[in-house]
Formats: sequence, structure tokens, C-alpha cells
Amino acid sequence: MTSIFVIIAIIIVALSMIGILIRVILGPTLADRVIALDALGITLMAMIALFSVLTNTKYLFVILLLIGILAFLGTAAFAKFMDKGEIIENDRNDTY
Amino acid sequence: MSLMHIMILLPLIFAIIIPILYRFYKGIHLGWFVLPIPIIIFSYFMSYINVPDSEKPFIVIWEFMPRLGMNFAVHLDGLSLLFASLITGIGALVVLYSITYLSKSESLGNFYCYLLMFMGAMLGVVLSDNLLMLYLFWELTSISSFLLIAYWRHKQSSIYGAQKSLLITVFGGLMLLGGFICLSLAGNSWSITSLIQNADTIQSSPFFVFAMILIIIGAMTKSAQFPFHIWLPDAMEAPTPVSAYLHSATMVKAGIYLIARTTPIFAINGGFVWTVTAVGLVTLIWASFNAVKQQDLKGILAFSTVSQLGMIMSMLGIGAVSYHYSGEESQLFIASIIAAVFHLINHATFKGALFMVTGTIDHEVGTRDIKKLGGLMTIMPISCTFSIITALSMAGVPPFNGFLSKELFLTAMFDAHHADVFGLSTLGYLLPVVALIGSIFTFVYSFKYVHEIFFGDYKPDALPKKVHEAPLLMLLPTGILTLLVVVFGLFPNILSNTIIAPAVRAIAPFADAPEVHISYWHGITPALIGTIIVFIVGFILFKTVQKWFSVYSIQPEYLTFNYYYDRGIQLSYFVSNKVTQSYMTGFIRTYLIYIFAFFIIMTALTLFTHPVSIAFDNISKIRPYEVILMGLILVSTFCIVLAKSRLFSIIMLAAVGYSVALFFVFFGAPDLALTQLSIETISTALFLLCFYHLPKMNRHEETRKFKLGNLLISICVGMAVIAIGLIAYGNRHFDSISKYYVDNVYDLAAGKNMVNVILVDFRGFDTLFESAVLGIAGLGIYTLIKLRDKGKNGGEEHEETIE
Repeated sequence: MTSIFVIIAIIIVALSMIGILIRVILGPTLADRVIALDALGITLMAMIALFSVLTNTKYLFVILLLIGILAFLGTAAFAKFMDKGEIIENDRNDTY
Repeated sequence: MSLMHIMILLPLIFAIIIPILYRFYKGIHLGWFVLPIPIIIFSYFMSYINVPDSEKPFIVIWEFMPRLGMNFAVHLDGLSLLFASLITGIGALVVLYSITYLSKSESLGNFYCYLLMFMGAMLGVVLSDNLLMLYLFWELTSISSFLLIAYWRHKQSSIYGAQKSLLITVFGGLMLLGGFICLSLAGNSWSITSLIQNADTIQSSPFFVFAMILIIIGAMTKSAQFPFHIWLPDAMEAPTPVSAYLHSATMVKAGIYLIARTTPIFAINGGFVWTVTAVGLVTLIWASFNAVKQQDLKGILAFSTVSQLGMIMSMLGIGAVSYHYSGEESQLFIASIIAAVFHLINHATFKGALFMVTGTIDHEVGTRDIKKLGGLMTIMPISCTFSIITALSMAGVPPFNGFLSKELFLTAMFDAHHADVFGLSTLGYLLPVVALIGSIFTFVYSFKYVHEIFFGDYKPDALPKKVHEAPLLMLLPTGILTLLVVVFGLFPNILSNTIIAPAVRAIAPFADAPEVHISYWHGITPALIGTIIVFIVGFILFKTVQKWFSVYSIQPEYLTFNYYYDRGIQLSYFVSNKVTQSYMTGFIRTYLIYIFAFFIIMTALTLFTHPVSIAFDNISKIRPYEVILMGLILVSTFCIVLAKSRLFSIIMLAAVGYSVALFFVFFGAPDLALTQLSIETISTALFLLCFYHLPKMNRHEETRKFKLGNLLISICVGMAVIAIGLIAYGNRHFDSISKYYVDNVYDLAAGKNMVNVILVDFRGFDTLFESAVLGIAGLGIYTLIKLRDKGKNGGEEHEETIE
């Protein structure tokens, strides 16, 4: 019984991923794409979580956390890039 | 190791000491230190001269590389004794001669080091019983000869001559090695004596013919036989003592030695008899014909040496016929071997003396050009006497030794048609004709040689130096050789039983004991008539040489072997350059095409030549999300290939990477998925970094050009990999060993995560070195970024790209 709900949920998440993917490809500005990619990461987390429920395993939770971190870092890096044009600022005077 | 080994190695050992002596004793001419060596060895070998063959130390073995069968076995019989005494005897005279010939300002340390090296190598060649040792010494003679020819290495012609002689003799040497290997395979031994004893089994072996051909080629190159004779005239750039020693008396006779040594094995074969005879005669006639046209004294002598070597070779060829006869009839052909051995000795004496005379003239007059020389008889009377005697001997005039061996040669050639094997009875009539023509030209150039130097007009203006007689020390070795010419001419029989007979027994052990008796008067024989014809025709030709000299301009430049040699060298440069240029394009894409094409061809060949089966029985069920993910990967891959912009390719590559991570999730590999996700993120970031820093000029987005070949190759590679994968999966013959890990992961390694336990416990070594790889990569990146060439624009210069 549970598995039917989980599968339905997976299908819904997959549909939403396709919608987000369309935004990534079409998105007129870079900001659209970055937001869409961030959302894609979150839906991916949902997908893996549902999948681990479906297969009844607890070993995939680490991946959820990792994707969360990566999605945050990626979005933050892109945001900084759009703001300042570079990601890692090297303010110290180059001694070489 | 015996005294004999020490004697062979003595020159080589001394060659090491010589440079040290040269360093510390500048006062005394280095030649005086070298002189005792050949004399000691010569007297050592002379002590064996009257010892019968059975009592000599037949074979002395010093185990050098016994596992390979490469033992330093020394075999002393009549033939080796003859050669050893020639090498050391003439070696001593040449060293004596070189003391006055080379002044102290030359780099004497090099000269004597090379010379002693050569002497030791040559002794090794003639005394080795082991084929591999023989080959070793054989190559050492080639190398030391190369060094000696290029002694005056500031001269371009020396370098050219040395290179030419090295190329040709080493070519022959390598052929020889092949022949030796074939011979040892046929006879199952490396020892020459045991090969000769097993001659019957060798002759039935399939390797016999190969061994014969290769060994004959080796001997031909070393002994400057037609058409490999071209290196010898160019080797005349060497100092004259070297020419006298190497290129008349010793090294060029190594090929003769080899033919004589292998005669007992090969004599059964008609091809051997004919090849050796025919090559010898062609060499004789061609070189004697060409010797007349030379303008350089050493050029005349070089061609003369070639023709005389051809003569000896042809006599050995006829002598091999004696294998097929016994008793009286065999003696008829044994006489040819006797003639060969006798002429070998004679040639060494008179040619050595002639070279020394030439060197003396070069030394005292300053030129070797016969156009400038003339009328030196009254100025250099002693040299004149010496050269008249030796040149008459070379021409075959009585009472000198050349006459005797020339007459024996003609007799052998006239007798050749008595044999009814190998078509000698019919074609054999041709041999004396060729031999007579060769002898006539020999007569002409010998007379011309003496005439051009000592007779005619004295031209003091053309000569670079004021002429006077040579110093006594220079005349002494020449005189000794001339004396030998006279002594052997007047009393030939002092040689017959001491040296010639044992040597002939060594060359033809299958025949009865030879009766060696050399006499002047045989009665009216064809050979005597032949000799008289030679004298008459030769004298007429000599007197009228100016009239027919234009014959030599008939032969155009492009029909000489030198021309073909030079063209061949050029062509080999040109062709190898072309070939290399044609496939080494410098583009990585070309090399990738080679690699992939090779991969495809090998896979296709393997698949088509071996029966393959693809089994689908243990394939698991396909789940829907795998299909979806597969579709995702396919779409992204096509996007990468077809993308119009680089940025899109990078993003699609990341999509593939994340999809692979999802695959890991679905297939139950959480550790892999973790790693894959983080690595994919980092590498995408790096790609974006590269993309951001691409040069401005190429920033305009260009699409890849479509190439059908690339498409085909990529499709084929993909199909090959798919085929291999399917076949490998369907043909698993053993169970996996992973059961062991599953059972023991907790009991033995105290861990529950099997992947990690395998990584750090069961197979921790791989992890160690993968960490090392990461460390190296990190260091590499650091150095690439930090250590630039700061001299040039602060490292802004980019690497030069090849057009």
C-alpha cells in the first residue's frame, strides 16, 4: 500500500523535475537558470529520499545531505559570480 | 685460461695501458713501448711452428659464458698459426714503421691504442674456436678499423671513408652473425671443430643454405669482394701504416680466413664452390682493370689489394672441389688451396712493403699524386729498389715469390675443368681466360706504379717538399718485407712444410696429406705459356697505356657502385624522412585515429576469426527508472556532441555525471554515489574555470566540423566496446570471489561497510597509491601554476603550437 503512494510521489516529483529542466534550458537569464538548478537539486533530494523508502534502505541518506550542501554551495558561488565577476577573491598583494 | 689466452688478450690489455704511458712519458716515442708486444706474441707463435698438429694445444677452453655456449675456446692449427704469425709479424714491422712515420705531434696515444685493439681483435678472430667469440672479435676489428680510418678526424674524407667502411663491414658482420646462428642450429654446437666433425649432419639441415649464403656475404664484405669492394679505396684516407697493416695484410684477409675455415663444412655444395670462385674472379678482373686508372698511389694499391684478394678467394673456391675427389685427383685441386695459402703469405709481404714505400714517398715528397711524381730513382735509390722488387713480385715476374704463386694460380685455373662436378668441365674453360685477363692488368698496373714514381721526368717544381732518401728506420721494415719477398721467391720450400702444409691440412681435412713442393720448372705447361702471354701482352699494354686510357671514360659516373652507394645513403635519409613525415603529423588527432583504428581492426579480426556467443540467460530484470535514467544520459550525451556552445557541452557533461551518480544510487552503491557527486561538482567547476579563461580571440562560438571518418571510427569503437562487453558478460566461467568478502568483512576486518573495508583493508595497497596519484596531481598543478618562466613577460607567453 505504501509503495503505491511512494511511486505516485516519485512520478509527481519526476514531472516537476521535467518542468524545472525546461526552465534550465530555456531560462532567458542566468538567474533563472541558477534558481532552476537549485530547485532541481532539491527535487533530486526528494527523489532519492522516496527511492530509499521504496527500497527500504537507510544508506542513501548521506547522499541527501551531500546534495543539499552542494546545491547550496553551487547557488552561493553562482550568486557571487553574478555579483562580482569572480568566485574566490584574492585580496592579498601578490608577492610573486 | 692459458698462456695462449694471455697472448691473445695481451694487445687488448696493453691498449688500456698505452694512454696512461702516453700521459706520463712524453720524451720517448710511444711506438717503442708498443713494439715489444707484437714481437713477444710473434715469437710465442713461432715456437709452435714445427710442432705437429696433433701435439699442439689443439683446443684450450676458458669458460666465458658457459650457459650460452660462449666459451673463449682457442684453436691453434696450421691456418690459425699462419694468420697469427702474419698478424703479429707484420704488426711488429708496422709499429716499427709508424715510429718514424708519425711524428710526436700526432695524438699517438689514440693511434697505438686503436692499433693494439685491432691486433688483439684480429688474433681473436683467427684463433677463436667458438663462433660467438669469433663474431665478437670480428666486430671489434670493424670498430677499431673504423677508428683507425678516421684517425685524422678533421678531414671530411676520413670521416666519409670511415663511415662507409663501417656501414659495409657491419652489414656483413650482422649477416655473419645470422649465418653463425644458422650454422649452430644446424650443427647444434658453437664450436667450429665440432661443427667440422659433424659436417655430414649439417649438410642435411634446412639451415645449411642460409648459413652458407650469410657467411659468404659476411666474408665478402670484410674481404672487399665485388660488389662490396667500394669501401676499401675510401679507407685509404687512413695513415699509411694502417693501410699497410689493416687494408692489405690482415683485416681484409679475415673474410679469406672465414671462407678457408668453413670450407670443410660448405665444400659439398656446388653453390659454395661457384659463388666463391665466381665472386673471386669477378673481383680480380674488375679491380685489376680499375687499378690502372687510379691517379693516387694508394688508390692503385687499394684496387690491387681487392684484385689479389679476389684471386685468393677464387683459388679457395676451386680448392673446395677437392672435397669431391680422393687420392691423385684430389691432389689436383688441393694444389689450388696450396696456391691460395702461398699467395696469401706472398701478398702480405709484397703489399705491406708497397704500402710502406708509398708512405715513405708521401712522407718525403709530400704527395701521392702520380701526375706530380716521377724520376725519383736517383734521389731515392733504396726505396726504388724495394718497390721494383715488390712490384715485380706483384706482377708475377721471376725470381720473386709472386711469380710462383701466380703460376700456381694459373695452373689451378687451367686444371679446374678436370672436375666433372657443378658444370666445371664445361664452364671451367672460362676460368683461365678470366684469370689471364686479370693477370695482364695486374702486370700493367704494377709496372705503371714503378714507372710513374721512379722513372720519367723529375718535376721538382710540382713537389711540395725537397726530396731526399727516407730515414733508415723507415726503410728497415720495408727492407725486411722486401727481403722476405726475395727469400720466399728463391727458397719457397722453407715455407712448404712448416706453414703451408699444416694450413692446407686445416682447410681440407677431408683430403689426404697434401704434397707441398713448390718448384720453378714444371716443364712446358699451360700455366707457363699463360705466364708468357701475360708478360708479352702486359708489356705491350703498358707501353701503349696512353693510347687506350680513354677506355676508362666509357663507364659513366652513374654506373659505378660508389654512385649507387652514395645514392643509397641519400635515398635512405630521404625515404625514412618522407615515411616518418607522412605519418608523424604532429597532430594528436591523427595519432588517436591510428590508435582507435588499430583497436577496431584487432577487435574485428578477433571477433571474426573466433566463434563467439552471446548468452542472455543470467540477465536481470529491467526496472522503469533505469530506462528513464538511460534516456536522460542518452539525451545529454547527444547534446554534448551536437552542442553549439562550449558552455552547453559543459553543463550537459555535468548532467551525465549526475545521472551516473543516480545510477549508483539505484544500483545500491551509496559510497560511489557520494564520491561521484562531489567529484562531478568539482570537475564541472574546473571546466567552467577553463571556459572562463579561454583566449578572447577564439571566444566566438564555433561548431565542430563534421567529418565522416570520425563518425565512422567513433561508431565502430562504440560497437566494438559493446560487443566485447556483451560477450564478456555472457561468457563468465567462474563465480565471483566477492562471497569471501561478504562472509569475512566483519569477522576478519571488523567493519560493516564492505566497500570501505576492501579499500583500506583487504586491498589497501591500491588506495595507498591512488592517494599518491592525488598527491602528485596536486603538486603538479601547484608547480605548473607557480613555476613559470618569469623572464618572459611574467609568464604570459603561451606554449608554441605546431602549425
